[in-house]
This record gives sequence, structure tokens and C-alpha cells, in this order.
Amino acid sequence: MPVEIPVEKWAGKVNEVKLGGNGRKSIVIGGETTLPFLKIDGAMPHRPAIAVEVDDVMPADWSPHLIAAWGDALEDPAVWAKKAAEYGADIIALTLDSAHPERGNTGAAEAKKTVEKVLAAVDLPVIIIGPDVAEKDNEVLIAASSVGRGQRLALGNCVDKNYRSVAAACIADGHVAIAKTPIDINLAKQLNILICDIGLAPDAILMDPTTGGLGYGIEYTYSVMERLRLAALIGDKMTSMPMICNVGEESWRQKEARATSGVPATWGDHQERALAWEGITAVSLLNSGADIVVLQHPRTIALIKDAISKLMA
Amino acid sequence: MALSGIEIYKHLPKTNCKKCGFPTCLAFAMKVSQKAIAITACTDLSETARAALEAASRPPIRLITIGGDSRKVEVGNEVVMFRHEKTFYHPPGLMIKLKDTAPLEATLKTVDEVANLVIDRVGLKLSLDGFAIQNESKDAATFARCVEAVKAKADLPLVLMSPDPAAMEAALEKSARSRPLIYAATKDNWEKMAELAKKHSCPLVASEPASLDELAALTQKLNQAGVEDLVLDPGPQGFSSSLNTLTQLRRLALKKSFRPLGYPIITFPAETTGSPEEEVLLAGQQIAKYAGIIVLSRFSPATAYPLLTMRLNMYTDPQKPIQMSPGIYPIGAPKPSSPLCVTTNFSLTYFSVATELEASGFPSWLLVCDTEGLSVLTAWAAGKFDAEKIAKSVKAFNVEASISHRSIIIPGRVAVLRGELEEELQGWKIMVGPPEAMEIGSYLKRYWTN
Ligand code: SF4
Repeated sequence: MPVEIPVEKWAGKVNEVKLGGNGRKSIVIGGETTLPFLKIDGAMPHRPAIAVEVDDVMPADWSPHLIAAWGDALEDPAVWAKKAAEYGADIIALTLDSAHPERGNTGAAEAKKTVEKVLAAVDLPVIIIGPDVAEKDNEVLIAASSVGRGQRLALGNCVDKNYRSVAAACIADGHVAIAKTPIDINLAKQLNILICDIGLAPDAILMDPTTGGLGYGIEYTYSVMERLRLAALIGDKMTSMPMICNVGEESWRQKEARATSGVPATWGDHQERALAWEGITAVSLLNSGADIVVLQHPRTIALIKDAISKLMA
Repeated sequence: MALSGIEIYKHLPKTNCKKCGFPTCLAFAMKVSQKAIAITACTDLSETARAALEAASRPPIRLITIGGDSRKVEVGNEVVMFRHEKTFYHPPGLMIKLKDTAPLEATLKTVDEVANLVIDRVGLKLSLDGFAIQNESKDAATFARCVEAVKAKADLPLVLMSPDPAAMEAALEKSARSRPLIYAATKDNWEKMAELAKKHSCPLVASEPASLDELAALTQKLNQAGVEDLVLDPGPQGFSSSLNTLTQLRRLALKKSFRPLGYPIITFPAETTGSPEEEVLLAGQQIAKYAGIIVLSRFSPATAYPLLTMRLNMYTDPQKPIQMSPGIYPIGAPKPSSPLCVTTNFSLTYFSVATELEASGFPSWLLVCDTEGLSVLTAWAAGKFDAEKIAKSVKAFNVEASISHRSIIIPGRVAVLRGELEEELQGWKIMVGPPEAMEIGSYLKRYWTN
């Protein structure tokens, strides 16, 4: 008996967002007319991209496995970015952590220098993330914005407290804003509306729904992303932005990935567990709609790159 | 699926004889649809009507039980495509594959390790479910011996894997009482496997990699042969085909009520992946996307833990978030002089705070109040997280015995509680922490002095 497969036809489409260009390599993400990788219903014209985190200061409290994997590259963001490119990064996610009041409190001048250096070191598209303190974010993101003018960077985080200035910088210099909200479909939509109202084009916005790592709220992120994506496919323009997930940090900061001692023997080999933690978080969120996953460990980059190819096949 | 009152009414005698205790057949039908009374209370129901009603009210994905009384796995009976629509009910069984050609001693060592693996998480005990034993030797006696030895070591649910009905029969003789899952009936051996499944009352896998059409044809043959408890094996599935095929199967069951494919699905992620690391990733995907039984090719606690966590997370009821049990939790290895923070027992709130404390470099005490699983602001708004509740928790969990100082850090979002809390906790210093968990580290650096 022939089995008739139910097919869903969606009216909506995820926005296509371009990063890079103007002398840099460029990449387009988004554009889905189907749920992630579900080719029976519609198309997924662009493969999700892998961004690799590069910090402008040596990470203070990283897992020894991450430190061993990157070695001396951690001391110089330009070297680190080059190495990330060799390992297969599609995008460099440069985090200006040194601007954090507790971690150096550097300002616009240092941010400019770092961004210039990294932009010169690699020809990949670049995401710039502030230290996650709204005023400092403004200061360094605006500096980064002018340095990278025309190179279509993605600037984050653009949150309810600073969206005006980040969005204005994006409009002025031709960048993409990363709109971050705390695991909530309505807040995500609301922030997109506010940013669009200022005049930033919808195809210059990415959504960061806030990532909960495996065991630390992944189910909330997973479901909020599924709901955002379903809303986009039904035709809601204000949830149609591609999504970015900070997988690496949210996996490696957990005790399961970081702690080297004092954990139960039932947890097994540390490195194997930590890699599985980052890898499973990435695969799950790709399956719920991530268009960019930010990763930290070189081995995960290779594994997820391969998994994405297989999911796209 | 649940039938409406009208649909049930159609099958009733419509005589309004009142023997069921209701004034009319329609009134009775309404109660049945609300599950307030069983359909059998109608004394005049015809046999055909009863069969029709039963068939129509069967769950779209049949619930299958594997294992005996001591430990069992129940899979199937899912009702939604997305967990936010309701919830995923029956977490997939995670089974470790064993081969009957491996030295028995080594096999039994693995069995012992798997059976003893218990991971404590949020007060829950997480474990793997059992074993899939493969008749690699192609010898019936070897297979039976291995199954018997594994069962004697640990009475966990089993999948018996052999294409040979004679070997299956031999293994079932040793294990049928604990209802193993028989793997598998194919288009070549289905008649004999169906007989075994019936004889031993065990669930049976229908395995057909060619197409869903042929898989459906096979399950129908098995149904006709009298086997109802089936599990589907649509053949080896890589990342993409697993997602697409398993989605199609669930849609067919839920949206089309397509009975021939309304069964849980078994997967073997190692069959299509090139390394143990990749196998784990595919298994992780299959937990979220629709597998019922996942057979892992090897046992490693380091990957079992993240997979068990993934399963726990995906199968958490979105309407009933995991709650922490209230109490005082040491984060890191706190001393009596270490900081004391207070928060609610919503698991996500707890984890955000615990993670930041962990990362702050300040070993701390975290007092978790019973707010019925609500987050800080929601609990405060609902009157479940106030000064009185915090003070009571300080007393109830004997916090004063754990710490040498008398300072307590409250979440910045409920700064308003400070005054009242000073009243409730006489002699204490009430410190107002940051509004976001993320800022805890810098807050402690700035404000915490012993
Ligand atoms: S017993 Fe059956 S036939 Fe009689 S009133 Fe009740 S439902 Fe109707």
C-alpha cells in the first residue's frame, strides 16, 4: 500500500542575511522555507554557519582542554582568528571581553586596534561581541562599527538597554545587529520591532534567543527557537530573522565541561564528556533552527561541520 | 486519540435505557469522552460497536513495554510533533549493544558497569536502560548462553538481535519472562518471528529498509498474524534521513492516524556514523527527533551522561518545569565564612545562579526556597517569594549552623524585600545582589569581604 506522506506548505520564509563582502569573503545565512533540514516540506538554501569564538584577552577560567587545544594562539586574537580559520570557521566571533569593567575596562581605542588587527588577519566575515555590559557594549561596538565600515560585520549584543545606539551604528556603517533577548518569544519579537522602527532593515538583524547549555536550560532555548521558527514559517515577519546560538561558551562554562577534579567517577573521561556536551548542544540547537552556532573547541568545529554537511545532504 | 462525545454517541444503542446511570445515551457519551466513566458501563453495547470504539480511541503511536517487572522501558504513545505543544511523554530507551562473540567475562564486566551507572542530577537518578544483544556468532547455543549470562548478571530490559528464528527461539527460552524486544521480523522471516512473538508474548521489531510502503506492508502482515506490539526499524538512518524519515513516521501516525506505522522507532546511530564521537551526536539528535529505542554501539560513562541529560531535558514537561528540592546547597567547597545567596527553586533559576557562583571563584552557600518552581520575579509577584518565606527557609534548613557570619545576599530583582527581611531576620545584614545572575561574579568581587 502506498504511504502518503503529509507535507507542510509554509507561507513564510526566514530572512536571508549577508555577512562580509566588500573585499572580505561573504556568507549568506537564513532563507529557509522549511523547518531545519526538513527537505520534504521546503528549501534550506544556505547551510548553517560555524562561528568560532576569539577573545581579545586570554580567557581567565577556561577548561584545560580548550587551553591545550588552542595553545599560544589564545594570547593574540589575530593568531587565534587565523588558527580558527584553518580549523574550518566560516565566521570569526570576536569577543571584546577586555572592555569588561572587571577584566581590563579597556575602551574605544583598544577596541579599534583589536578589530583592525583581526580584520587584517583573516578574510572571513566577522562578528563583534561586546563584554555584555550595556554601556561598555555601546562604547566598543560603535568603535568597531566605524573600523569595519562597509564590511558587514555583525554587532552584538543589541539588547533592550542599548538597541538604539547599536542599531544606529549598523545603519550608519552597513552592519548587522544581533538582537539578544532572554529565552522568550515575545521579547524576541518585541526587540525586532523596536530595531526595525529605528530604521534598520529586517535583513540586517540576527536573533540571539539566549542559549541554555545542555543540562542548563537547553530545553527552554530549544522550544523557544522552534516556536520562533514556526512563527516565521507561518508568515510573521518580526520573527523571521535567522538565529545565532552561543553554544561553545554555554557548554564549556558548565561544571560538566570545566571541572577537572572533585566530580563523581560516573561522569567518565573529562575531555570526551566535555566534547559531547558542546557537540550535543550544537546539534540540538541546529535542529531547532540555529543558523549560526558559535563554537569553542577545534574538534567540535570539525564534528559539527561534518554533521551540518550530512544534515544538508 | 480521544474521541468526541458525538463520535462515541454514534456507536451507542440510542435507546436511552438509563442502565448506565445516565438519563440519555448522549449524556453518557459526553461523560465517556471526558474519561469520567468507562465505555463498558453501557450494558447494551454491541460487540462491533465496542471494537470500533476501541480501535478509534487507540493512541496514534502504540505504547510498547520492554522488560519485566523489575525494570522496564515504555516507549511510544506520543501525541505531539513539538514538545511545546504539550510534552513528550515516554523518553527513548537507551540500550548498549553487546555481541555474543565477545569474551563473556568482558561482556559481563560491561553489563555490571552499565547496570551500576547512576548519575545524580537535580535530585533525579539517571541510568541507561538495558542491552541489545547481537547474535554475531550465528550460533543458537552461543547466543542463548550469552543472553542467559547477561540476564543473570543484571535483569535489565533486552533487545535480542538475530535474523535466525532458531537462535531467537533459543534465546527467548532463557529470557522470555522479562519480555525482551525481538529484533527483527523481516520480509523473509516474519512468519516465524511472529510466531515466536506470540508464543512468548514479546514485542517485535518490524525491519524493512526498502521504503515506508514496504515497512507498512510488513507491519500489516504481522498484525494479521496476531502481533500488535511492534517497533519500527526503517533501516540505517544518517543525520538527514533520520530527521526526515522519523519526522514522516511521526506525522503519519499523528496527522493521518496511519495505523500501520503507528509504533515507536528503533535506531542504531553507529550504523551510519564513522566514529564514537559522531555516534553520540546522532543519538542526541534522535532523542529530540522522534526515536523510541536508541541502541548505542559502545558504553562510555562520559557520553552516557550528556545523552541522559539530553533525554531528561527534552522529556521535561514544558508546563511543569523541573524543580529543585528546597534546601541549602554548597557550591564549590564553601566554608562557614563563605557567601550566602538565596534564590527560588525553579531549576533554570537555580542553574543560572549556581553556574555563576561556580564560575565566580567564590565557593558559596545557595539557599533555595520553595517557590513551587517559579522564577524570582514571578514568584515574588505571586507572593511565593517574600521576606517571610526567606526567613522561614533560613530557619527550616538550619542555615545558621552552616555559616559563621550573618549576611544574606538577595536577588537584585527583589530589592524591595530588604526592609521586611531585616525585620524578619533580626541581627542579619541583608545585601542586595545584582538583578542578573551573570553579574554575580563581579558583585562578589566588589562587595564580599569576610
Ligand atoms: S446503558 Fe447504553 S443504551 Fe442505555 S442509556 Fe446508557 S448508553 Fe444508552
